[in-house]
Amino acid sequence: MTTETIDEVPGSAPRKPGSPAASATGWKWRRSEGGVLNAFSHAFLVIWALMVGLPLLWALWSSFKSSGDILSHPMSFPTHFKFDNWSHAWTKAHMGRYFVNTIIVVGFSTAGTMLFGSMAAYVLARFEFPLNRLIYFLFVGGMAFPVVMVLVPLFFVTTNLGIINTLPGLILVYIAYSLPFTVFFMTSFFRTLPTSVAEAALVDGASHTRTFFQIMVPMARPGIISIGIFNVLGQWNQYLLPLVLNQGDTSKWVLTQGLADLAVQQGYQGDWGGLFAGLSIAMLPVLAVYIVFQRQVQAGLTAGALK
Amino acid sequence: MRHGKYRFIIGFLAIPLALYGTLVISPFVQDFQISLTDWTGLTPDKHYIGFDNYRKIIHDHLFWQSLWHNVLLLLIVPIVTLAFGLFFAFMLNVGGRRKGSASVAGVRGSGFYKIVFFFPQVLSVTVIAILWQQIYNPDPEEGVLNVILKDVGLGSLTQSWLGDPKLALACIMAVMVWANVGFYVVLFSAGMSSIPTEIYEAALLDGAKRFTTFFKVTLPLLSDTVATGWVYMGIIAMDAFAFVQLMSVNNGGPNEKTDVVPLLLYKTAFRDNSQYGLAAAMGVAMLVVTLLFAVLTLRLSRRERIEF
Repeated sequence: MTTETIDEVPGSAPRKPGSPAASATGWKWRRSEGGVLNAFSHAFLVIWALMVGLPLLWALWSSFKSSGDILSHPMSFPTHFKFDNWSHAWTKAHMGRYFVNTIIVVGFSTAGTMLFGSMAAYVLARFEFPLNRLIYFLFVGGMAFPVVMVLVPLFFVTTNLGIINTLPGLILVYIAYSLPFTVFFMTSFFRTLPTSVAEAALVDGASHTRTFFQIMVPMARPGIISIGIFNVLGQWNQYLLPLVLNQGDTSKWVLTQGLADLAVQQGYQGDWGGLFAGLSIAMLPVLAVYIVFQRQVQAGLTAGALK
Repeated sequence: MRHGKYRFIIGFLAIPLALYGTLVISPFVQDFQISLTDWTGLTPDKHYIGFDNYRKIIHDHLFWQSLWHNVLLLLIVPIVTLAFGLFFAFMLNVGGRRKGSASVAGVRGSGFYKIVFFFPQVLSVTVIAILWQQIYNPDPEEGVLNVILKDVGLGSLTQSWLGDPKLALACIMAVMVWANVGFYVVLFSAGMSSIPTEIYEAALLDGAKRFTTFFKVTLPLLSDTVATGWVYMGIIAMDAFAFVQLMSVNNGGPNEKTDVVPLLLYKTAFRDNSQYGLAAAMGVAMLVVTLLFAVLTLRLSRRERIEF
């Protein structure tokens, strides 16, 4: 996928002013149209960029203000930087623990999703066997129904399995609900890869398993990275599943749960600085990763829609 | 090599299928079963009561109101988001000053705009909802939005935003649009940059203005991407659970004027006396609505394709 703009595409035929299609006045008119439109588009683009950027910056600079200052001068810059907010949010509001929990859950569940998703997708894409189509549609069909629909039975399935309110339980649920899209995308990706390399490996005596891990996975890397990013962000931001399946011990909460709770608690305690510090803690790492890998992230998130 | 094939297939499919079967398919099937019982979770035994739960839902004013809110979200949020997305993508890619030879030109700094517009997409809904809840702070002296309105001389427009039953849902919709426009700008930009420049040149030679170009060239060529985008946005609007649960006053308030079906289901199952049977029936109702939406979208987008 490319996100180049058209003006960066070379090779458009040179056109002289006053070409046959445009009379002299027509040309002048069109040029002014270009100018007006240019100013017009820039104005709208700048306004939207401010509308997106300012609230985020506002949350960041509010995290350095005292709660009284936030309420009396909601818009002002911090006069003296109050770093307490951050340490309070990190330790007293346990954002640090939630942060670590989230990293553990997302780390294992994304790795698991990519491993199991690619394994299933590879078999479904490359091998003919009875039930192949049925299994494929079972997986892909999962994309069509809303998770919220199965909330009640899922609550009891995880209770009966004894994995409710545990991090491994949450990891397994994340993997299971990420499989439909991962299998769908990776199956079509494996189909686009040439068969000859894998055949050569098999002829040379490599087992199917070895061929998959040593030949096919490296070849499928672009697809795995795209969908990996998609899953990391989706699972990092998951709110509904932990809310229902991980509502027990607060020491096992993930970041989204902690933040929602912080918003309620700080409302009672009036510790607004702590709330904004908590928001910043949740916001900054993701934004930092995004800015560094923005091309891959944009490609990964839009890959599904372009496929 | 040959005889190892089935062992390999089974070995590779066993774990994914086991996980998927236990945690996705089995709950899905059980949902229909639970929806036919009076199970409340307080007693271990459940009785089959036929379609009583569905009858209850059909006569429940609150359910219809919540569903109506979902339908409003489903209609308004995608239209506004996709319109903004297309507009900005067009501005970024074709709205710039033409430089000498180029027949179409993007605005300068389009890469920067795309990075910034995409920000909300990588943030969790939790962060976005809490941030905007703070911005919508109803206090005329302390709420940011109210203070800004006052500072620019629009003091008469100050509102209690999320506290106003007439405005609350619109406020939440605005945040959903804010959060998703960036995704569509990037998606449509990618689509637009794959349209060959020759087509734009031809349109230009025929004397087409930019807005004609947009409606007669860009939009038809992007119709597939727009249709996909519509489905994606529809799924987000159909859910809306996190936005409403985190932003609204009293979980769906004021006066249930922002309640949506997923939130109603959640409250029925996990807040109000654990009426699991009733909640499961709402789940089935949601599935029906979602399938209806999918079928309608496919129908409509197919008709669109014939038109162009």
